[in-house]
Amino acid sequence: MAAVATDPRPAQVRATAVDSRYRRGAGRWLVLAAAVLVGLAVLAPFGIMLLNAFKSPQDYAANGPLSLPSSLYLDGVVAFWERTDFPVKLWNSVFISALVAVGGALLSLLNAYAIGIGRVKGRLWIIALFLLANMLPQEALIYPLFTMAQSVGLSNSQWSVIIIFTVIQSAFGTYLLSSVLGTFPPALLEAAALDGASRWRILWQVVFPIVRPTLSVLMIFFFIWTWNEFFIPLVMLTSNDTQTIPIALASLQGDRMMDAPTINAGSLVSLVPAVIFFLIFQRTLTRGVTAGAVK
Amino acid sequence: MADTALTEPRSRADARPRASRGTRRRRPQWVGYLPYLLPGAVAFGVVIGYPLLTNVYFSLFKWRGGMAPLRWNGLGNYVDLLGDDKFWTSFGNSLAMIVAMVLVPTLLGLVLAAVLFDYLGRRFGERVSSVLRATYYLPQILPVAVAGVLWNWILNSQTGALNVILRGLGVETPPNWLGDPDTALPSVMLVLIWVQMGYPVVIFMAALQRVDPELYEAAELDGAGWWDRFRAITVPQIRPETFVVTLTCTVAALKVFGPIYVLTRGGPESSTLVPSYYSYLNFFDKSQVGYGSAIATVLTLVIVAVALIILGLQNRAERREREGV
Repeated sequence: MAAVATDPRPAQVRATAVDSRYRRGAGRWLVLAAAVLVGLAVLAPFGIMLLNAFKSPQDYAANGPLSLPSSLYLDGVVAFWERTDFPVKLWNSVFISALVAVGGALLSLLNAYAIGIGRVKGRLWIIALFLLANMLPQEALIYPLFTMAQSVGLSNSQWSVIIIFTVIQSAFGTYLLSSVLGTFPPALLEAAALDGASRWRILWQVVFPIVRPTLSVLMIFFFIWTWNEFFIPLVMLTSNDTQTIPIALASLQGDRMMDAPTINAGSLVSLVPAVIFFLIFQRTLTRGVTAGAVK
Repeated sequence: MADTALTEPRSRADARPRASRGTRRRRPQWVGYLPYLLPGAVAFGVVIGYPLLTNVYFSLFKWRGGMAPLRWNGLGNYVDLLGDDKFWTSFGNSLAMIVAMVLVPTLLGLVLAAVLFDYLGRRFGERVSSVLRATYYLPQILPVAVAGVLWNWILNSQTGALNVILRGLGVETPPNWLGDPDTALPSVMLVLIWVQMGYPVVIFMAALQRVDPELYEAAELDGAGWWDRFRAITVPQIRPETFVVTLTCTVAALKVFGPIYVLTRGGPESSTLVPSYYSYLNFFDKSQVGYGSAIATVLTLVIVAVALIILGLQNRAERREREGV
């Protein structure tokens, strides 16, 4: 215990010495100002959106986009909420993204188990195929998918979108997980095999618990990616009761009734779920991105 | 992240002893894992393989879609493409998309990541640099359609925020940003830079954490300035991540659809037309399914070719590095 307690001290002394060497000079303030300026430029559209989401059209006409709203105007939010039937769209987005996240991670794990741990023959080609699938433009799949969905009675169905994205997302997941599992400690697998565990049991009781952090990062990625998807939902989901949030917002765009507050409130309401989700999982994400890069 | 099994020499070397270890009569071990590939194989066949081939098949016909008859056209659609100005414009605009989504964000991202990590992070603390990083990343998390709708309004010539501000500053006739063929493409490019910039920053900062800090300390003791360290340590050390960013962003730039759809719909006068939007237009607006399929097929081939070139360059760089060491 005592040794552990005294150990860090020299390191600390060294660290602060280094720090004080850095904490000098006025140049660093200029660099900080430049970096902050870039940050403000990135934030500006968000700021303008916030300022104008709760401002009446008359207020906007009189005082422009940069003033604070003179009074809290909620009609924009209400108009957007009612016109898009927002709760339905929110549920559609959550439902589709969540199922894709779970299904995609599961499919990736099965594929990667065979490729990374099973080391099946020709795995380099299989991975190359998955990589290729990940790069394909969705336009090269959409018309056949569209006609296939019609012929099996899944036109305008969320299940068609769920199935398609489960497969598309798992292409990336397989690629990533295969290289993670390729470095899985063989000692653990051999020990489990000596105990007589089947491949199925090894997958769930040895491999799964260890790659669970990677899987959860994958699921977050899949969720956000699917949430943000535009092209395939635009084509496949054609009626109001099946559409997702981005499609609902975009389809209001041409509408003449869309005044400044409605557009801004709509954008704001549409991005709130994504931001909340991001804030909740930000830690997992940065850890995962780092882990991925170390690999 | 950059650990592609394709380029990893170790996995190839591993495979050989394992295969020869078992006795010859026994089934090789990997066969027992094949059932785990079955669901994936079926799913990929149905959702990707079959539609991809069907799309190529469709591209050989004149077809108005739906119940209309397919009329054989051979390579006619592809011949028509060669003489189609809009087709060439759309691929020309793809180059602009690459500038906006790959070139500028990667260069900016390199500098910003290095400044945050190696300069500001040490002088003002981790917190400052991670808050700035999160700020740069913010546009990446919002649905691209939402970003497009917001920017579409900001850039609107009459009621948009930007022109209202400009008029307030005394500019009599501010540009019609998205409505004028001269300014539409640069405006779209700016929006895409805004959307894209955070991605390389986050990836590069994560990459920098892997670099041995003693390299920097040693360089500093030798009197190397920030720029010297950036050039001699930062850039070469995170080259694998740079390749990954370049590859993924280039593919994304060639595929871009959503921002074009919500910002300009390819207009005005096709000045922002891109291949993916042009094929969508043929599929669902002009009912020229065969022609749309041909565009999508060409786009697929271009993407695969570009990706192979980038992967080849990466392999060569890695090999040269190994030989150099």
